[in-house]
Amino acid sequence: MSGDRDAEGVGAGDPLRVVPTDAPPSGACRRKGSFTPSLTLMGEHDLCPGCGEPLALRQILDSIEALGQAQRAIGVVGIGCYTALTSLMDVDLIQALHGRAPSVATGAKRMRPECLLFTLQGDGDMVNEGLQEVIHTAARGENVTCILLNNGVFGETGGHMTATTVLGQRTKNSIEGRDARLHGHPILIGDLLARLDGTAYVARASVHDAAGVARTRRFLDRAFTSQLKGQGFSFVEILTMCPTGWFIPTAEGPGYLDRELGAVHEVGELKKDGVLVGG
Amino acid sequence: MSRAPSRGTVVIDAARCKGCELCIPACPPRVLRMSARRNASGYLLPELLEGCTGCGACLLVCPDFCFEVYQLDAPDAAKTTGGIA
Repeated sequence: MSGDRDAEGVGAGDPLRVVPTDAPPSGACRRKGSFTPSLTLMGEHDLCPGCGEPLALRQILDSIEALGQAQRAIGVVGIGCYTALTSLMDVDLIQALHGRAPSVATGAKRMRPECLLFTLQGDGDMVNEGLQEVIHTAARGENVTCILLNNGVFGETGGHMTATTVLGQRTKNSIEGRDARLHGHPILIGDLLARLDGTAYVARASVHDAAGVARTRRFLDRAFTSQLKGQGFSFVEILTMCPTGWFIPTAEGPGYLDRELGAVHEVGELKKDGVLVGG
Repeated sequence: MSRAPSRGTVVIDAARCKGCELCIPACPPRVLRMSARRNASGYLLPELLEGCTGCGACLLVCPDFCFEVYQLDAPDAAKTTGGIA
Protein backbone atom coordinates (compact mmCIF):
# COMPACT_ATOMS: atom_id res chain seq x y z
CA MET A 1 0.00 0.00 0.00
CA SER A 2 3.06 2.27 0.03
CA GLY A 3 2.18 3.20 -3.52
CA ASP A 4 -0.94 4.88 -2.17
CA ARG A 5 1.15 7.02 0.11
CA ASP A 6 3.45 7.90 -2.78
CA ALA A 7 0.38 9.07 -4.66
CA GLU A 8 -0.40 11.32 -1.71
CA GLY A 9 3.06 12.84 -1.92
CA VAL A 10 4.11 11.66 1.51
CA GLY A 11 5.76 8.35 0.56
CA ALA A 12 8.97 8.75 -1.44
CA GLY A 13 11.52 10.92 0.32
CA ASP A 14 9.29 11.20 3.38
CA PRO A 15 11.58 11.24 6.44
CA LEU A 16 8.72 10.18 8.68
CA ARG A 17 8.52 6.45 9.13
CA VAL A 18 5.15 4.79 9.47
CA VAL A 19 4.93 2.46 12.47
CA PRO A 20 2.99 -0.80 12.15
CA THR A 21 -0.29 -0.66 14.07
CA ASP A 22 -1.91 -3.97 13.22
CA ALA A 23 -0.49 -5.94 16.17
CA PRO A 24 0.79 -5.25 19.71
CA PRO A 25 4.51 -4.46 19.99
CA SER A 26 6.75 -7.52 20.21
CA GLY A 27 9.17 -5.98 22.73
CA ALA A 28 8.70 -5.41 26.45
CA CYS A 29 5.76 -3.09 26.97
CA ARG A 30 2.83 -2.24 29.20
CA ARG A 31 -0.71 -1.96 27.92
CA LYS A 32 -1.98 1.41 29.05
CA GLY A 33 -5.43 1.43 27.51
CA SER A 34 -7.71 -1.19 25.97
CA PHE A 35 -9.89 -0.75 22.92
CA THR A 36 -13.13 -0.85 24.88
CA PRO A 37 -13.98 -0.15 28.52
CA SER A 38 -14.09 -3.40 30.48
CA LEU A 39 -17.81 -2.85 31.17
CA THR A 40 -18.67 -3.28 27.50
CA LEU A 41 -19.92 -6.42 25.82
CA MET A 42 -18.64 -5.50 22.37
CA GLY A 43 -17.02 -2.57 20.58
CA GLU A 44 -19.01 -2.20 17.39
CA HIS A 45 -21.87 0.26 17.19
CA ASP A 46 -23.81 1.94 14.42
CA LEU A 47 -23.56 5.56 15.54
CA CYS A 48 -22.31 8.05 12.95
CA PRO A 49 -18.62 8.83 12.38
CA GLY A 50 -17.43 11.60 14.71
CA CYS A 51 -20.23 11.14 17.25
CA GLY A 52 -19.39 12.33 20.76
CA GLU A 53 -21.73 10.02 22.63
CA PRO A 54 -19.43 6.94 22.69
CA LEU A 55 -16.71 9.15 24.22
CA ALA A 56 -19.04 9.97 27.09
CA LEU A 57 -20.11 6.34 27.39
CA ARG A 58 -16.51 5.21 27.90
CA GLN A 59 -16.04 7.66 30.77
CA ILE A 60 -19.35 6.71 32.40
CA LEU A 61 -18.52 3.00 32.35
CA ASP A 62 -14.92 3.53 33.46
CA SER A 63 -16.07 5.73 36.33
CA ILE A 64 -18.60 3.14 37.53
CA GLU A 65 -15.95 0.45 37.49
CA ALA A 66 -13.27 2.58 39.16
CA LEU A 67 -15.67 3.33 42.01
CA GLY A 68 -16.31 -0.40 42.46
CA GLN A 69 -19.99 -0.07 41.54
CA ALA A 70 -20.14 -2.38 38.50
CA GLN A 71 -22.32 -4.93 40.29
CA ARG A 72 -24.53 -2.30 41.90
CA ALA A 73 -25.07 0.09 39.02
CA ILE A 74 -28.45 0.45 37.32
CA GLY A 75 -28.76 2.69 34.31
CA VAL A 76 -32.07 4.12 33.14
CA VAL A 77 -31.89 5.02 29.48
CA GLY A 78 -34.00 7.45 27.52
CA ILE A 79 -34.72 7.52 23.80
CA GLY A 80 -32.06 8.74 21.42
CA CYS A 81 -29.06 7.64 19.39
CA TYR A 82 -27.36 6.63 22.65
CA THR A 83 -30.11 4.07 23.22
CA ALA A 84 -28.32 1.97 20.60
CA LEU A 85 -25.28 1.94 22.91
CA THR A 86 -27.19 -0.11 25.48
CA SER A 87 -26.27 -3.26 23.53
CA LEU A 88 -22.65 -2.48 24.42
CA MET A 89 -23.13 -1.78 28.13
CA ASP A 90 -22.40 -4.53 30.65
CA VAL A 91 -24.42 -3.00 33.50
CA ASP A 92 -28.05 -3.49 34.47
CA LEU A 93 -30.30 -1.23 32.43
CA ILE A 94 -33.93 -0.13 32.36
CA GLN A 95 -35.41 1.39 29.21
CA ALA A 96 -37.61 4.36 30.03
CA LEU A 97 -40.12 6.21 27.91
CA HIS A 98 -39.13 9.56 26.39
CA GLY A 99 -37.85 11.84 29.15
CA ARG A 100 -39.17 9.67 31.97
CA ALA A 101 -35.81 8.22 33.04
CA PRO A 102 -35.41 10.40 36.19
CA SER A 103 -38.78 9.21 37.52
CA VAL A 104 -37.97 5.56 36.78
CA ALA A 105 -34.60 6.04 38.49
CA THR A 106 -36.42 7.55 41.48
CA GLY A 107 -38.49 4.39 41.90
CA ALA A 108 -35.54 2.06 41.46
CA LYS A 109 -33.40 4.00 43.94
CA ARG A 110 -36.12 4.11 46.58
CA MET A 111 -36.59 0.35 46.34
CA ARG A 112 -32.87 -0.44 45.98
CA PRO A 113 -31.03 2.31 47.87
CA GLU A 114 -27.81 0.29 47.85
CA CYS A 115 -27.63 0.60 44.06
CA LEU A 116 -25.93 3.33 42.05
CA LEU A 117 -28.69 4.81 39.89
CA PHE A 118 -27.90 6.86 36.82
CA THR A 119 -29.88 8.03 33.84
CA LEU A 120 -28.55 8.40 30.31
CA GLN A 121 -30.53 10.96 28.35
CA GLY A 122 -30.14 13.33 25.43
CA ASP A 123 -31.19 16.95 25.28
CA GLY A 124 -34.26 16.10 23.23
CA ASP A 125 -35.26 13.42 25.70
CA MET A 126 -34.52 15.33 28.90
CA VAL A 127 -35.06 19.00 28.08
CA ASN A 128 -37.86 18.71 25.51
CA GLU A 129 -39.85 15.54 25.98
CA GLY A 130 -39.52 15.11 29.73
CA LEU A 131 -38.37 18.42 31.19
CA GLN A 132 -40.69 18.26 34.17
CA GLU A 133 -39.36 14.81 35.14
CA VAL A 134 -35.79 15.94 35.72
CA ILE A 135 -36.84 19.19 37.39
CA HIS A 136 -39.11 17.46 39.90
CA THR A 137 -36.56 14.71 40.53
CA ALA A 138 -33.93 17.36 41.22
CA ALA A 139 -36.27 19.44 43.38
CA ARG A 140 -37.16 16.40 45.46
CA GLY A 141 -33.46 15.81 46.00
CA GLU A 142 -33.66 12.21 44.86
CA ASN A 143 -30.33 10.51 45.42
CA VAL A 144 -29.74 9.63 41.76
CA THR A 145 -27.32 10.85 39.09
CA CYS A 146 -28.79 12.15 35.84
CA ILE A 147 -26.44 12.32 32.87
CA LEU A 148 -27.33 14.50 29.90
CA LEU A 149 -25.66 14.07 26.51
CA ASN A 150 -26.25 17.51 25.00
CA ASN A 151 -25.63 18.08 21.28
CA GLY A 152 -28.37 20.61 20.64
CA VAL A 153 -30.30 18.47 18.17
CA PHE A 154 -32.73 15.58 18.01
CA GLY A 155 -30.02 13.42 16.43
CA GLU A 156 -31.94 10.17 16.20
CA THR A 157 -34.92 11.60 14.36
CA GLY A 158 -33.01 13.69 11.86
CA GLY A 159 -31.29 16.62 13.56
CA HIS A 160 -34.14 18.95 14.53
CA MET A 161 -33.88 21.81 17.00
CA THR A 162 -34.15 21.06 20.71
CA ALA A 163 -34.65 23.29 23.71
CA THR A 164 -30.86 23.48 24.18
CA THR A 165 -30.05 24.48 20.56
CA VAL A 166 -28.05 27.70 20.79
CA LEU A 167 -29.10 30.88 19.01
CA GLY A 168 -27.82 30.91 15.46
CA GLN A 169 -27.38 27.14 15.33
CA ARG A 170 -28.49 25.55 12.07
CA THR A 171 -30.76 22.55 12.45
CA LYS A 172 -33.24 20.80 10.19
CA ASN A 173 -36.04 23.14 11.22
CA SER A 174 -33.96 26.24 11.95
CA ILE A 175 -32.02 26.09 8.72
CA GLU A 176 -31.13 29.80 8.82
CA GLY A 177 -30.05 29.45 12.44
CA ARG A 178 -32.11 29.48 15.65
CA ASP A 179 -33.85 32.83 15.94
CA ALA A 180 -35.01 33.91 19.40
CA ARG A 181 -38.02 35.78 17.97
CA LEU A 182 -39.21 32.70 16.12
CA HIS A 183 -37.88 29.74 18.12
CA GLY A 184 -37.36 31.14 21.61
CA HIS A 185 -34.23 31.00 23.72
CA PRO A 186 -32.23 27.92 24.70
CA ILE A 187 -32.71 26.38 28.15
CA LEU A 188 -29.47 26.12 30.11
CA ILE A 189 -30.60 23.07 32.00
CA GLY A 190 -27.52 22.71 34.19
CA ASP A 191 -27.81 26.30 35.42
CA LEU A 192 -31.54 25.83 36.00
CA LEU A 193 -31.12 22.65 38.06
CA ALA A 194 -28.24 24.10 40.07
CA ARG A 195 -30.62 26.72 41.50
CA LEU A 196 -32.85 24.04 43.02
CA ASP A 197 -32.27 23.26 46.68
CA GLY A 198 -32.50 19.50 46.12
CA THR A 199 -29.40 19.33 43.95
CA ALA A 200 -26.08 18.43 45.55
CA TYR A 201 -23.73 18.32 42.56
CA VAL A 202 -24.14 19.91 39.12
CA ALA A 203 -21.44 20.11 36.44
CA ARG A 204 -21.15 20.63 32.73
CA ALA A 205 -18.40 18.94 30.70
CA SER A 206 -17.52 18.67 27.03
CA VAL A 207 -15.85 15.92 25.01
CA HIS A 208 -14.42 18.19 22.30
CA ASP A 209 -10.82 17.23 23.10
CA ALA A 210 -8.79 14.82 25.25
CA ALA A 211 -8.56 17.26 28.15
CA GLY A 212 -12.31 17.76 27.99
CA VAL A 213 -12.86 14.00 28.07
CA ALA A 214 -10.58 13.72 31.11
CA ARG A 215 -12.52 16.55 32.78
CA THR A 216 -15.76 14.72 31.98
CA ARG A 217 -14.44 11.73 33.87
CA ARG A 218 -13.58 13.83 36.94
CA PHE A 219 -17.07 15.34 37.01
CA LEU A 220 -18.69 11.90 36.64
CA ASP A 221 -16.54 10.54 39.48
CA ARG A 222 -17.64 13.43 41.71
CA ALA A 223 -21.32 13.06 40.80
CA PHE A 224 -21.35 9.32 41.51
CA THR A 225 -19.38 9.87 44.73
CA SER A 226 -21.95 12.46 45.77
CA GLN A 227 -24.70 9.87 45.28
CA LEU A 228 -22.71 7.24 47.22
CA LYS A 229 -22.46 9.74 50.09
CA GLY A 230 -26.23 10.21 49.96
CA GLN A 231 -25.98 13.93 49.30
CA GLY A 232 -29.00 14.12 46.98
CA PHE A 233 -29.52 14.78 43.29
CA SER A 234 -26.42 14.93 41.11
CA PHE A 235 -26.26 16.00 37.49
CA VAL A 236 -23.59 15.92 34.80
CA GLU A 237 -24.27 17.54 31.45
CA ILE A 238 -21.86 16.41 28.74
CA LEU A 239 -21.65 18.41 25.50
CA THR A 240 -21.18 15.98 22.59
CA MET A 241 -20.50 16.32 18.88
CA CYS A 242 -23.18 15.58 16.29
CA PRO A 243 -21.55 16.42 12.94
CA THR A 244 -24.39 14.72 11.06
CA GLY A 245 -27.03 16.86 12.75
CA TRP A 246 -24.90 19.98 12.43
CA PHE A 247 -24.27 19.52 8.67
CA ILE A 248 -20.48 19.72 9.08
CA PRO A 249 -17.52 17.40 8.35
CA THR A 250 -16.62 15.11 11.24
CA ALA A 251 -13.23 16.73 11.76
CA GLU A 252 -14.92 20.10 12.38
CA GLY A 253 -17.20 18.69 15.09
CA PRO A 254 -14.99 19.33 18.14
CA GLY A 255 -14.22 22.92 17.10
CA TYR A 256 -17.89 23.66 16.41
CA LEU A 257 -18.88 22.17 19.76
CA ASP A 258 -16.36 24.22 21.70
CA ARG A 259 -16.97 27.43 19.75
CA GLU A 260 -20.76 27.40 19.34
CA LEU A 261 -22.41 25.22 22.02
CA GLY A 262 -19.58 25.65 24.54
CA ALA A 263 -19.88 29.44 24.39
CA VAL A 264 -23.47 29.27 25.69
CA HIS A 265 -23.47 26.07 27.74
CA GLU A 266 -20.29 26.93 29.65
CA VAL A 267 -18.18 24.07 30.93
CA GLY A 268 -17.43 23.82 34.63
CA GLU A 269 -18.78 22.80 38.01
CA LEU A 270 -21.90 24.72 38.96
CA LYS A 271 -22.65 23.21 42.36
CA LYS A 272 -20.62 21.12 44.80
CA ASP A 273 -21.75 19.63 48.12
CA GLY A 274 -25.04 21.49 47.74
CA VAL A 275 -23.36 24.87 47.43
CA LEU A 276 -23.40 26.96 44.25
CA VAL A 277 -19.90 27.48 42.88
CA GLY A 278 -19.10 31.18 42.98
CA GLY A 279 -22.55 31.89 44.39
CA MET B 1 12.15 16.83 10.48
CA SER B 2 13.50 14.81 13.37
CA ARG B 3 11.30 12.94 15.79
CA ALA B 4 11.81 11.79 19.34
CA PRO B 5 12.07 8.01 19.68
CA SER B 6 8.77 6.27 20.27
CA ARG B 7 8.03 5.74 23.95
CA GLY B 8 4.70 4.20 23.15
CA THR B 9 2.66 2.80 20.33
CA VAL B 10 -0.92 1.99 19.43
CA VAL B 11 -2.79 -0.84 17.78
CA ILE B 12 -5.50 0.44 15.46
CA ASP B 13 -8.59 -1.68 14.81
CA ALA B 14 -8.84 -0.74 11.15
CA ALA B 15 -12.02 -2.74 10.55
CA ARG B 16 -13.93 -0.68 13.13
CA CYS B 17 -12.62 2.76 12.14
CA LYS B 18 -15.11 5.16 10.51
CA GLY B 19 -12.45 7.65 9.38
CA CYS B 20 -13.79 10.56 11.43
CA GLU B 21 -10.28 12.04 11.90
CA LEU B 22 -10.89 13.09 15.52
CA CYS B 23 -7.67 11.34 16.57
CA ILE B 24 -5.47 13.41 14.22
CA PRO B 25 -5.54 16.82 16.00
CA ALA B 26 -5.98 15.13 19.41
CA CYS B 27 -2.48 13.57 19.26
CA PRO B 28 -0.15 15.84 21.30
CA PRO B 29 3.11 14.84 19.47
CA ARG B 30 1.22 15.01 16.12
CA VAL B 31 2.27 11.51 15.03
CA LEU B 32 -1.11 10.42 13.70
CA ARG B 33 -2.12 11.36 10.18
CA MET B 34 -4.68 10.17 7.68
CA SER B 35 -3.38 7.68 5.13
CA ALA B 36 -4.73 6.89 1.69
CA ARG B 37 -5.66 3.38 2.81
CA ARG B 38 -9.30 2.42 3.26
CA ASN B 39 -10.93 -0.38 5.22
CA ALA B 40 -13.56 -2.78 3.87
CA SER B 41 -16.29 -0.21 4.61
CA GLY B 42 -14.47 2.36 2.49
CA TYR B 43 -13.38 4.65 5.32
CA LEU B 44 -9.94 6.29 5.15
CA LEU B 45 -7.67 5.08 7.95
CA PRO B 46 -5.22 6.89 10.23
CA GLU B 47 -1.59 5.81 10.41
CA LEU B 48 1.04 6.21 13.13
CA LEU B 49 4.46 7.82 12.69
CA GLU B 50 7.48 7.48 14.97
CA GLY B 51 7.40 9.56 18.13
CA CYS B 52 4.32 8.19 19.91
CA THR B 53 4.48 8.80 23.67
CA GLY B 54 1.72 6.35 24.59
CA CYS B 55 -0.27 9.14 26.24
CA GLY B 56 -3.63 7.68 25.19
CA ALA B 57 -5.26 10.89 23.94
CA CYS B 58 -6.30 9.08 20.74
CA LEU B 59 -8.09 6.46 22.79
CA LEU B 60 -10.01 9.13 24.73
CA VAL B 61 -11.33 10.87 21.60
CA CYS B 62 -12.04 7.84 19.38
CA PRO B 63 -15.80 7.27 19.12
CA ASP B 64 -15.35 3.79 17.68
CA PHE B 65 -12.99 2.24 20.25
CA CYS B 66 -10.27 1.72 17.60
CA PHE B 67 -7.20 2.37 19.74
CA GLU B 68 -5.25 0.18 22.11
CA VAL B 69 -2.33 2.01 23.74
CA TYR B 70 1.02 0.59 24.85
CA GLN B 71 3.97 2.15 26.65
CA LEU B 72 7.30 0.66 25.66
CA ASP B 73 9.87 -0.39 28.25
CA ALA B 74 12.66 0.39 25.75
CA PRO B 75 12.12 3.51 23.61
CA ASP B 76 11.79 2.90 19.89
CA ALA B 77 10.95 -0.80 20.28
CA ALA B 78 7.99 -0.09 18.03
CA LYS B 79 10.36 -0.39 15.10
CA THR B 80 10.76 -4.06 15.86
CA THR B 81 7.06 -4.87 15.82
CA GLY B 82 5.78 -7.25 13.23
CA GLY B 83 3.11 -6.73 10.65
CA ILE B 84 2.72 -4.37 7.75
CA ALA B 85 1.97 -0.71 8.21
